[in-house]
Amino acid sequence: MGKDNKMSGAEAVITALVENGVEVIFGYPGGAVLPLYDALFKNKKIKHVLVRHEQAAVHAAEGYARSTGKVGCVLVTSGPGATNAITGLTDALMDSVPIVCLSGQVPTHLIGTDAFQEADTTGISRPCTKHNYLVKNADLLCATVHESFEIASSGRPGPVLIDLPKDIQLTNIQYIKKPTKINKSFATVLPQIDIQVISQVADLLINSKKPIIYAGGGVVNAGLEASNLLTELVNLLEAPVTLTLMGLGAVSNKNKNFLGMLGMHGTYEANLAMHNCDVMLNVGARFDDRVTGRLNAFAPKSKKIHIDIDKSSINKVVHVDFGIVGDCKEVLSLLIKEIKKSDNIKSMQSKSSWWDQINNWRAKNSLGFIQGATTIKPQQAIKSLYEKTIDKDTYVTTEVGQHQMWAAQYFGFSAPKHWMTSGGLGTMGYGLPSSVGVQIAHPKSLVIDISGEASFLMNMQELSTIVQYNLPIKIFILNNQWMGMVRQWQELNHGSRYSQSYTSSLPDFIMLAKSFGIKGLRVDDVSSLDATIDEMISTNGPVIADIRVEKEENCFPMIPSGAAHNEMILSSDDKGADTSESGLALV
Amino acid sequence: MSVYQNNEINEEETSRTLSLVVDNQPGTLARVIGLFSGRGYNIESLTVTEIDNRRHLSRISLVTRGTSMTIEQIKSQLLRIVPVHLVRDLTLEGPFIKSELALIKLVADGANRVEALRIAETFRARTLDVTLGSFVFELTGRPNKIDAFIGLMKSLGDIEISRTGVSAISRGDKTETKVLEQIKLT
Repeated sequence: MGKDNKMSGAEAVITALVENGVEVIFGYPGGAVLPLYDALFKNKKIKHVLVRHEQAAVHAAEGYARSTGKVGCVLVTSGPGATNAITGLTDALMDSVPIVCLSGQVPTHLIGTDAFQEADTTGISRPCTKHNYLVKNADLLCATVHESFEIASSGRPGPVLIDLPKDIQLTNIQYIKKPTKINKSFATVLPQIDIQVISQVADLLINSKKPIIYAGGGVVNAGLEASNLLTELVNLLEAPVTLTLMGLGAVSNKNKNFLGMLGMHGTYEANLAMHNCDVMLNVGARFDDRVTGRLNAFAPKSKKIHIDIDKSSINKVVHVDFGIVGDCKEVLSLLIKEIKKSDNIKSMQSKSSWWDQINNWRAKNSLGFIQGATTIKPQQAIKSLYEKTIDKDTYVTTEVGQHQMWAAQYFGFSAPKHWMTSGGLGTMGYGLPSSVGVQIAHPKSLVIDISGEASFLMNMQELSTIVQYNLPIKIFILNNQWMGMVRQWQELNHGSRYSQSYTSSLPDFIMLAKSFGIKGLRVDDVSSLDATIDEMISTNGPVIADIRVEKEENCFPMIPSGAAHNEMILSSDDKGADTSESGLALV
Repeated sequence: MSVYQNNEINEEETSRTLSLVVDNQPGTLARVIGLFSGRGYNIESLTVTEIDNRRHLSRISLVTRGTSMTIEQIKSQLLRIVPVHLVRDLTLEGPFIKSELALIKLVADGANRVEALRIAETFRARTLDVTLGSFVFELTGRPNKIDAFIGLMKSLGDIEISRTGVSAISRGDKTETKVLEQIKLT
């Protein structure tokens, strides 16, 4: 920095990151970001975590962001650096995770010449970011960085990418501080919440005999207070509550009104309660196809209320009777106040017959399974893992597939922001790098990546990152030697023709761990399962636990594709609903 | 089909004219167009030009088709785009004017040339270019007027067409000035 307060563009960017509260950045260097890396080298305020692949940098930043509520920050080079980051950015967009990703670009005079490591990064990333920039004028650098943090974290959060040509990074500029007042032209402006609607909605809920509250990731994103308010509302109404995959932890799993997760692999009681309710209150969820099943049979007799910060989520796939655009923390607080008015409380309907019905569904014990004498059932593995960690401050990440659903079903979450999984995009290989970000943010906590052997192989290069930073992550692999969910669909829908779903040529996970200098464990007998989990947890450093589980176990209960909530199948023997022809076309 | 069977009530698709005010920045138009292609919506007509050179704002006039649920979705999705400041549904707001400019080249001879000039006069088209074998006419007005003109010209000879697409504005004394003034100068 010179006497006249001028600095290089790269230094200005790093200074702006610090001003926006960045403490950690996940990245990978390369030619087009050398000035930024030089500025990072000189700056002592930001910790850089060197990943082994740019996709992992974004997932790690997602894990960091989702477990802390802060904006995750990523730094990648031009060309392949940026294209590798695309899966991560798409993942963050689908799951509403605030990310700022800086990418290097060839110098402005070379843009468009097919220069070495040039890619049209803003063009490629446009549909998978909330917003993106190509900075061609160095004087706009500071404002762009400040803006990007506002955009990433305001309204419905999402990823923002800033493409930084190398010559811009090297231009000397005057640093500009973040303005105190947010410019409304780029920040999300939410409409005033209509009190009239709140009172109508309160009325509906009070007079409902069979209500259900269905909440999602929006509650988690709105912060702890939103979770507390949701719990207060659940208790106040004595209403059953179910959570989406993204929402797990928003209401404690120990709450007596919690019915478990809903949707394709949700519990019988949650889905049947959705199907038979008279009033449905959706808080911060988006009627995803995994949740609704067949739309023309979705909760057919209910009045529906939808609270969402994103107006485009309302009436997108399910038509609702009341749509309220707003932060769910504010809407819930208004709603609770309205319901608490004494006249309202007095006229509240009894829900005892509704609960009788729900308890009958609960009695089906849809998550029940029979653990035999030797082979470990994957469900048992998760259940034991949960029981062994219940008193610890545990953060769980997952990959995608059967193990992910079993984790959602059998691991309990009593608080939000402790469960990081790729919901919308369904990215195999998400869990391991995500756990890196989580452990960096919570160095003292127990961080477990519940994985499958196939997903693990997708980003296993991050073992190297884990070792470099001595992150005591526990990698809990449910190893069934299949891409389990693919195999399950092939069994159910494609006549057991297991096309390419066998995970052949697996490494010896103990030897693999050893080669990275970390502990490897293996168990294939249920009698040693608890001891193995104990050993994993008590180990100080990272562990790969190879849990050999029942190979052809299917994930149930399940709503077959194209079926409705009340057409669930509970086991392989349950021939309740065959997949319809139109259902076969669905993913 | 993007999601499970659509449960929309069988409502007919109608044509809607939207008027957007956006930042005149690289990428803004790509985001708007990408939204339509990515989510499977139709664009029947689209015009863009800068309307405020101090704030660098552009107007996008856009004609699309869909059921009311789809149109509501399009409008909400458009508003999510950061450099989109204003999305107005002119069809829903009330009376509005739709106008378009077309340049039509006609290659014809003999009596057809006389007829072409007579029709052009009736439509109040301007003749911008004349050779012994051709004309270029300029015509402004509602799209269906231009359609009619083109239909007639087609029967008189070989034609070439260039149309701007629809530009639209609401009738009456209401303006957007107050909304636009809130957008900072860049």
